[in-house]
Amino acid sequence: MSEQQPTSKFMQNGVVKWIEHRMPIFSFIDHSVGSGYPAPKNLNYWWNFGSLAGLALIIMIVSGIVLVMHYTPHTTLAFNSVERIMRDVNGGWLIRYLHMNGASFFFIAVYIHIFRGLYFGSYKYPRELLWIIGVLILLAMMATAFMGYVLPWGQMSYWGATVITNLFSAIPVVGESLVTLLWGGFVVDNPTLNRFFSLHYLLPFVILGLVIMHIWALHTFGSNNPTGVDVKGPQDTIPFHPYFTIKDLYGMGVFMLIFLFFVFFAPNYFGEADNYIPADSLATPPHIVPEWYFLPSYAILRAFTNEFILYWPVSWLMTAKLAGVIAMFGSIILLALIPWLDTSKVRSARYRPVYKWFFWIFVLDWIVLGMVGAHPAEGIWVVLGQVATTYYFAHLLVILPILGVLERPLATPESISASVTQPAE
Amino acid sequence: MSDTASTPPSAEIDEQTRRDFLLVSTATVGAVGTALSLWPFVNSLNPAADTLALATTEVNLAPIAEGQSITVVWQGKPVFIRHRTKAEIEQAKADDSAALPDPAKDADRVIKPDWLVMVGVCTHLGCIPLGQKEGEPKGDFGGWFCPCHGSHYDTSGRIRKGPAPLNLPVPTYEFQSDTQVKIG
Ligand code: HEM
Ligand code: FES
Repeated sequence: MSEQQPTSKFMQNGVVKWIEHRMPIFSFIDHSVGSGYPAPKNLNYWWNFGSLAGLALIIMIVSGIVLVMHYTPHTTLAFNSVERIMRDVNGGWLIRYLHMNGASFFFIAVYIHIFRGLYFGSYKYPRELLWIIGVLILLAMMATAFMGYVLPWGQMSYWGATVITNLFSAIPVVGESLVTLLWGGFVVDNPTLNRFFSLHYLLPFVILGLVIMHIWALHTFGSNNPTGVDVKGPQDTIPFHPYFTIKDLYGMGVFMLIFLFFVFFAPNYFGEADNYIPADSLATPPHIVPEWYFLPSYAILRAFTNEFILYWPVSWLMTAKLAGVIAMFGSIILLALIPWLDTSKVRSARYRPVYKWFFWIFVLDWIVLGMVGAHPAEGIWVVLGQVATTYYFAHLLVILPILGVLERPLATPESISASVTQPAE
Repeated sequence: MSDTASTPPSAEIDEQTRRDFLLVSTATVGAVGTALSLWPFVNSLNPAADTLALATTEVNLAPIAEGQSITVVWQGKPVFIRHRTKAEIEQAKADDSAALPDPAKDADRVIKPDWLVMVGVCTHLGCIPLGQKEGEPKGDFGGWFCPCHGSHYDTSGRIRKGPAPLNLPVPTYEFQSDTQVKIG
């Protein structure tokens, strides 16, 4: 790119110049998301979901901070304080519905963002660390959403917290004491609610810090692109501003339309009716289900019974319950190892004719796991859950490594520009 | 640079091993100290004194007819008290020799065979099993059934089928009279 001195009118302003000299924040912003940041010119709409996730995080933090101004973290008052937000606080219903549905839309954006990375090989050198930070963000989001869901202290809040914290009792020797430590008592109770509230406030800011590191790592080498071919020179890029700022804004408009449709017209679509019943420590609801974004993980957890084939190899070592817990956490943590599990040199699935199929089967498998997680573990759902769980791990641990060796990729274009000027095939 | 101190070249190697040692030992002591200072923070999350204050629950058994159950609360947890029928006791004894995932004799789980007292929290993931009330499912073994992930308990509260690894636990309790128990 030709030497673009920051000579805009803005940078000529006296105050701006005074600050810039002492702390070059304006050129920092310009190099991050401005005209000074060259981005591959062929980024498609799948590249919108990163900024959408960022928008969702901001919505969560803003709505959350306002909710805290009206919310009371105590077992005797929490449920009623949320009902008061819904009925009496001015616009409280809107703020809570934004927060409730915002969590779902945050996960929608992030899941699509992750599958985008899987399709275009965005996790490969030199973006492994960027990818790992992304997996950490996913884990932190899951912890945040889990603890947030406990706060309204409804039946699902209470029993979800009970079932999930009890998972840790599967750990040998220290399990029981660990669960007591998590609860601060002998059941999920007020001490548990208080600490979850504290952490639910803290973790989004940890996520914010991780996001900053995520973007720092991203900007070290720049974005991947649909061809997966490295940027070869200025002819392959366009300035982030105005080209991608406007494209991201357009995406945000569409995203907000869909998001607000749910907020205003179907605010409880993603929720569970049972959570409008106050928590009762003596009656378990007949059918406990987690929020939808946990369903695939929940299906993997429940797949581990004494009859499950993946359990047999470790059955001499641990209970099926512990195996399920390890598999559930492992299913997320394994994602961090994908840069090394995928042995192919070619990034983008565009030039990987076989991987392309396996990618879509993996997406389907993940959706099936989600459906299994939503149903009681009976009949066909048990078998389906075990098959889908087996496939999930087979994809990551067997298919990815072998495919990279066996598959014959198509010829990749010489450069991003060449992919347009001299079409492949 | 003239305004910074510099080490004479001859002293360098010797000095550096000494410094390395000091550096590593200082860092180690510092790291261990910091780690230890975390303990009070972690420990503060353990049950507080008032939570621990030994709660006991006393229950009058007189109104519970044979074949009936009641649920009482002890330390925040439900405790099942069942006045077992003759048939249930026979069944529980007969099952002593069945294949049990968590082997236990019925006689070791009760003080008086008529009264089964146990913590009503599923040993899988902590749901409350059904079977206390008339008309609730009792599972394949006539005891309790946990709907969360399908665990079946028998008439002695022993796990027979499903993901739960252990029998429903028996709390410490004593008979204060023929019709009065104290739990805890
Ligand atoms: C990563 C961002 C966040 C996620 C994914 C998240 C998720 C959630 C979820 C799922 C709920 C339950 C909503 C319901 O069913 O009622 C919730 C509730 C709550 N959250 Fe958050 N949250 C986030 C950030 C924050 C922040 C930054 C704050 C405060 C500073 C906050 C404060 C609250 C409060 C007070 C509640 C209880 C009120 C209610 O249930 O509506 N949240 N959160
Ligand atoms: S909690 Fe009872 S079967 Fe899972």
